[in-house]
Amino acid sequence: MRTAAELLAGVPALAGTEPVTRVTLPARLEYSYTPGTAQSRFLTGLAEQRLLAERCPECTRVYIPPRGVCPTCGRATTDQLELPHTGTVTTFCIVNIAARGLDVEVPYCYAYVLLDGAHVGLHARIGGLPHDQVHVGQRVRAVWRDQRPDRPDPGLAAISHFAPTGDPDADPASYRRWM
Amino acid sequence: MTPQQQHPAGREIAVVAFAQSVHQRSTDQLSEVELVLPVLQDVLKQTGLTTDRIGFTCSGSSDYLAGRAFSFTMALDGVGAWPPISESHVEMDGAWALYEAWVKLRTGQADTALVYSYGKSSPGSVRDVLTRQLDPYTLAPLWPDAIALAALQAQCLIDAGLTDERALAGVAVRSRRAALDNPHAQLRGSADADTLLQRPYQVRPLRRHDCPPVSDGAAAVVLAAGDAARALHPRPAWIRGIDHRIEAHQPGSRDLTESPSTRLAAVRAGVFDAPVDTAELHAPFTAQELVLRRALDLNGSVRINPSGGALAANPVMAAGLIRVGEAAARIHRGESRRALAHATSGPCLQQNLVAVLEGER
Amino acid sequence: MPEVLSAPLIVEFPFTRSTGPVIGAFLTGLRERVVLGTRGSDGRVHCPPAEYDPVTAAELDELVQLPDTGVVTAWAWNPEPRPQQPLTTPFAWVLVRLDGADTALLHVLDAPGPGSGDPGEVRTGLRVRIRWAEQRSGAITDIACFVPADGRTGR
Repeated sequence: MRTAAELLAGVPALAGTEPVTRVTLPARLEYSYTPGTAQSRFLTGLAEQRLLAERCPECTRVYIPPRGVCPTCGRATTDQLELPHTGTVTTFCIVNIAARGLDVEVPYCYAYVLLDGAHVGLHARIGGLPHDQVHVGQRVRAVWRDQRPDRPDPGLAAISHFAPTGDPDADPASYRRWM
Repeated sequence: MTPQQQHPAGREIAVVAFAQSVHQRSTDQLSEVELVLPVLQDVLKQTGLTTDRIGFTCSGSSDYLAGRAFSFTMALDGVGAWPPISESHVEMDGAWALYEAWVKLRTGQADTALVYSYGKSSPGSVRDVLTRQLDPYTLAPLWPDAIALAALQAQCLIDAGLTDERALAGVAVRSRRAALDNPHAQLRGSADADTLLQRPYQVRPLRRHDCPPVSDGAAAVVLAAGDAARALHPRPAWIRGIDHRIEAHQPGSRDLTESPSTRLAAVRAGVFDAPVDTAELHAPFTAQELVLRRALDLNGSVRINPSGGALAANPVMAAGLIRVGEAAARIHRGESRRALAHATSGPCLQQNLVAVLEGER
Repeated sequence: MPEVLSAPLIVEFPFTRSTGPVIGAFLTGLRERVVLGTRGSDGRVHCPPAEYDPVTAAELDELVQLPDTGVVTAWAWNPEPRPQQPLTTPFAWVLVRLDGADTALLHVLDAPGPGSGDPGEVRTGLRVRIRWAEQRSGAITDIACFVPADGRTGR
């Protein structure tokens, strides 16, 4: 295959011009995102400092964040429940690079917290202790961000982080299956 | 070519179930999976199948409608994909997901398939979102929206003396009045042509009535092979032929008054081997119905879009699958003996799929 | 029933694309106010250029310089331009077959009549001419739009 320059050599008006080899064409699309019924309920609950989950009537698994459907059974997760604010760290990592647009101080610790009663981990930041003390099996509790009472924000940002409760580590049998 | 030459003796595949949502302008209270779940449960209930007994699952959707990459993976929750299932996805109208499932069944690798598709057009501006499918160097930077491109095609037909604005209005009136019998359609009923022609142009020569509604909706179909199909429905809608063809992308290199890809797909699908009594055509714009009718040689004896077609409900990415489903449903009900279903993709009918469905002979 | 939540979601694609030899040459031409097409295996000239022959699939690399005039082969009057479209005032989408080409290029025609709903003199067969953008970088938007050429109609 010949190059643009070679092709242009045959056009007298353009012979010797610097050929275009790339083009930047920015595009922008605006959407209005609606999370739907189950997730709206969850997000609104966060503004009230509540952790709302759903349970599948068939397999009884409990999902948080809830999505209205059980991915195992393909059934509507009609059972609504509220979970305590405590849970167990099932995995974690230390992040050294802040993603663009993310307002966070690095390094920070990111983890899956299996809330008591849930069968999937909730992703969350772990804080309130040196990172080298975070470990799988650690018991933690949600620490909520201060919110304006008249205008609480429905979003995961309502949770500032999870911090150790100081309790002994959870029995691996209680979380190993859900890691 | 005889049907036997087009489709060598092999497994017969039929549509044994079809379901769709009630299509609406907006479903803000529903996420994509919440929109799809009832439709999936409907077809599974119709057949008595559960997902662990389905051999293959294939879906069609476009993440651009949601503005979120990989959003389609979350709709899969509605299928209950555990234990792991054999599954595929096309970033296209569900009619092409149906084609892939048909191929899968023809190979004998599965006996049943679940095909679903959905589109929530409401989050964004769908007519602008669709510009992202255009050539990135010469077309997309100009942002020619879907109505603009359809309008260029309509003007070509008018220039060629093949139609006029009144005839186009007639297509809109007929389609939306037919939709009065379709409880799933969004636009049901229509003012008369004189009234419609008083209204302003969107992009000339197209007025609002010449354009599809913006719809949120979902649809699903179950396919089955041979005796599996006969066990699942007393009158399966057999897919006697199915084919799809694509033309060049640049509108300026095509004759927009014709659809050679539709014609070729129809020949290969066996459309012309015997008369059809019903045709469900995926024509989101009135002028496109005319192009398709010419390509398919459809005369006055064929009932065109008894469902109302895409002018009555246009859940983008599902509207083509719905044409197949509507044709199949008429065969199931004994209202049609041999039907044609068509689906389209790309600007100005660039790519077209044609299927022929028949009841038991 | 929870309140229906919604939030704005903005998606931006800042992509830079490589152009290859044919599109690169075409865009180079536009930057220099020269329109190029490619000649196909059957002698037909494609503009916008085709990189591969639509019939034989052969790689096409014979560039043909075309004038900046042509004829409208299809049009659609747009009374309400949408964001990011080439003009902010009402215009016609057009397919223009440049003189010497056998295919048509899609762009816009700036030819308003007295009111925004009035397409003025736009019609199939109108002869038109490129209005070049003042700042050009090697993109299809180096053609700012088309404008009516002299009064003669095309074939």
